[in-house]
Amino acid sequence: MHSFSFRANALLTFSLTILALMCAMASLTDNFNSPSPTATVQILNVNRFQKKASGDDEVGISLDISADLQSLFTWNTKQVFVFLAAEYSTPKNSLNQVSLWDGIIPAKEDAKFSIKTKNKYRFIDQGSNLRGRDFNLTLHWHVMPKTGKMFADKLVLPGFRLPESYR
Amino acid sequence: MGFIGDSIDSLKSFSVRHTIEQVITLGMIVSSALIIWKFLMCVTGSESPVVVVLSESMEPAFQRGDILFLRMGEDPIRAGEIVVFNIDRREIPIVHRVIKVHERNDTRYIDVLTKGDNNDQDDRVLYAPGQQWLQREHIMGRAVGFLPYVGYITIIMTENPIIKYVLIGALGLLAITSKD
Repeated sequence: MHSFSFRANALLTFSLTILALMCAMASLTDNFNSPSPTATVQILNVNRFQKKASGDDEVGISLDISADLQSLFTWNTKQVFVFLAAEYSTPKNSLNQVSLWDGIIPAKEDAKFSIKTKNKYRFIDQGSNLRGRDFNLTLHWHVMPKTGKMFADKLVLPGFRLPESYR
Repeated sequence: MGFIGDSIDSLKSFSVRHTIEQVITLGMIVSSALIIWKFLMCVTGSESPVVVVLSESMEPAFQRGDILFLRMGEDPIRAGEIVVFNIDRREIPIVHRVIKVHERNDTRYIDVLTKGDNNDQDDRVLYAPGQQWLQREHIMGRAVGFLPYVGYITIIMTENPIIKYVLIGALGLLAITSKD
């Protein structure tokens, strides 16, 4: 009853249970955070708008992205993954989401930012439906905790439109 | 030293009934573990409700040895979600983020492209030859939560099988020689 193995086993089980409970409680405190993020995006220029040899449209654009995501950070936050996706619908596809840019925010101080960038990932349609197409630029963020449940949300910025003809 | 002496003493005092009790107890432990695992599979709707992160392609969010909790659900797959998927010629599942989604009107058929946060290129180099997109049937679950470091022991056991045998041998010895 008081052997070494019995005590070691009891100690290990107890410490693992307590650690798991602490992780769960840390994760629960994230629910008390009510974030208020803001963002604006502007299209500076449409650099390239072509139909590729495969028949699919491709767009190259320069973007100006400003955001303040500081209110998303809690003591249990490891990083925030943020990305900007172009979202639109075509006759063939009811929803298309194409990620144009993403970044990792490791700390609260870096969460207020303003960058000018070309699209990091290629904006290619399935087909040739992009001329004159209206689309939203949606800023998505995923809050990755030090432990526990991950949260995700987004901000939809509507009202963008691609040119009527190739250039 | 006393521990080894205790074990040898208890090995000497064998009886048939005692041995049968030990075997049944061992069987019950294994069965309960299996029941819990299958129950988790039902509740989360995913074939593997818990996975261990094996590569550095999602750093700094997920390190090698972290455990991810998965859920499948009927919700459509959207950009930004972290999904676990299988490719035909690979046996280990991959945990990456969805960066492109094209969903058809009529059949809810969906094309998905993924990429690891820490990789420069998207996952087309990992897909089967000729495969440009993932479909819903390739995806086993979405990550909804995680615990750091806990899975590292699985990685140690996979990379050094000797440790696995030593652990199982020690556990077996413990089960047989325990007095209750």
